[in-house]
Amino acid sequence: MEEMLREYLPILVFLAVAIGLGAILILAAAVLAVRNPDPEKVSAYECGFNAFDDARMKFDVRFYLVSILFIIFDLEIAFLFPWAVSFKDVSMVGFWSMMVFLGVLTIGFAYEWKKGALEWQ
Amino acid sequence: MIQADLNTILPEIILAVFAMLGLVAAVYTSKDKLAPALVWVTGILMVLLAIWIGAAGGVDKIAFNGMFIDDGFSRFAKIAILLSAACVLVMSQEYMKRRGLLRFEYPLLVALSVVGMMVMVSAGDLMSLYMGLELQSLALYVVASLRRDSAKSTEAGLKYFVLGALSSGLLLYGASLTYGYAGTTLFSGIIQTAIHGEVSVGLLFGLIFLISGLAFKVSAVPFHMWTPDVYEGAPTPVTAFFATAPKVAALGLFARLLHDAFGAAVSDWQQVIALLSVASMFLGSVAAIGQRDIKRLMAYSSITHMGFALMGLAAGTVFGVQAMLIYVAIYITMNVGTFAFILSMERDGQPVTDINALNLYSKREPGRALAMLVLLFSLAGVPPMLGFFGKFYVLRAAYEGGLAWLAVAGVVASVIGAFYYLRIVYYMYFGEEGSELETNRSPVLWVFLMASAVIMLLGVVNMFGVEGAAAAAAATLVN
Repeated sequence: MEEMLREYLPILVFLAVAIGLGAILILAAAVLAVRNPDPEKVSAYECGFNAFDDARMKFDVRFYLVSILFIIFDLEIAFLFPWAVSFKDVSMVGFWSMMVFLGVLTIGFAYEWKKGALEWQ
Repeated sequence: MIQADLNTILPEIILAVFAMLGLVAAVYTSKDKLAPALVWVTGILMVLLAIWIGAAGGVDKIAFNGMFIDDGFSRFAKIAILLSAACVLVMSQEYMKRRGLLRFEYPLLVALSVVGMMVMVSAGDLMSLYMGLELQSLALYVVASLRRDSAKSTEAGLKYFVLGALSSGLLLYGASLTYGYAGTTLFSGIIQTAIHGEVSVGLLFGLIFLISGLAFKVSAVPFHMWTPDVYEGAPTPVTAFFATAPKVAALGLFARLLHDAFGAAVSDWQQVIALLSVASMFLGSVAAIGQRDIKRLMAYSSITHMGFALMGLAAGTVFGVQAMLIYVAIYITMNVGTFAFILSMERDGQPVTDINALNLYSKREPGRALAMLVLLFSLAGVPPMLGFFGKFYVLRAAYEGGLAWLAVAGVVASVIGAFYYLRIVYYMYFGEEGSELETNRSPVLWVFLMASAVIMLLGVVNMFGVEGAAAAAAATLVN
């Protein structure tokens, strides 16, 4: 028990330093800084002109769909690389496992395509 | 080797392949026009798989080097999951169709989540546990927000997703701690490290985080916050689904993890489960009193019932697991009937969920009111309905497991909880004149409501053999 806890001592020291330093920096801004606000200083800064509208706007759900598609195929590549590198060592089970995985992905892709998620009118 | 492994998981493969083929077939042909047929085919396939799993029975098999376990316990849970999911699908068809929600994705998503649940109850490894859990959850997040144009439904889906992701994070953290301190993710390996000497502090932390993640899935207090909002916001058939099959799967997974992986450290998790149980029973009973929406009320009711089911688990004995299985089997049967009733409540074709609408319902629909009365008495645990025997089993298990205080707390909570069930009965029989509630006369809903009520009455004789099956299932889990 003692031994195990001692192994974690560096993490404890690191945590103490990180929290201490962060707290000092935040408190310094509150305690030491000179504060003299006026309307020009607190307004949003946008390349010298007034802000056109709110920064929080709705945007199209299609962006989300495309990014999801990206993540799926990104992960597929991440799986394919180690599989390709160790291709000589994986047995037929390994080969067919990857084929099934790709097949399942293709079904999802075919569904999304046919459903019209990729069309951008 | 791989051949035997694939044979063991054949039911899961069949259902998964069916869902994928259905998806492609529907999207390339007539799309949503195919949905009613798909609902029926999915329901029938689930019933057939349940019959097959029940009839095949036989020897316990282990596949994929222990990652997948096919034993009596998992077969019992799978049959309950498949049958309740099939019932809910068939019940929901008309409701969804009339409200334009019957998209072909709905039955397929339910089928995929059922595949996830079947993997959950068969998991023999932390990895297959997580995979099953995520497959189930992801499909459920989507069906919760099936009514895309309703703010409440999308809110329900989003809330469920965000909180579900948080609980998955807790569970994964626990799984990584467990792996770090036990050196393996296999349940059979984890239990070995626990048997040899004391459970280390790290392993204990892992256990607690795993329990927290799973408590979220069974909606046990203090991880219950999502339940009322999701139950209220989701379309009613989806709520009915949430209240049945996923609860069986999550409880099955709970029992599997605690007994298969941490069975040597019963005293370590017993107190935690007892605390979850007593908190769920009391919060569910007290908070439901203020609810006027019957779906929210059923949400708190499910929290209470999960508390009772966890009581059986807290006993930490074979009889405790048996009591939990009996309890949950009775619970899902009651819920199918109750939701068949809720689905038939409507006014001018619109669904009604306010309990005030039930005032003097017995004057207009004596048969349905009587069936609902039986179900509500059973939910409250009034003898001689079947619900009473479910409670009786878990109370006995807790008492015999040395948790007499928990059994006493359970009785007190059950008395408090009886109030809000009986209040609905009061409204139906002695309420004030007032709102007119119309009834959807769908024969399917009528059959499910009546069958469930009759089971609650006739089951008293021999419980349709569930007792023996649950005993055999529990015996394969605990050793």
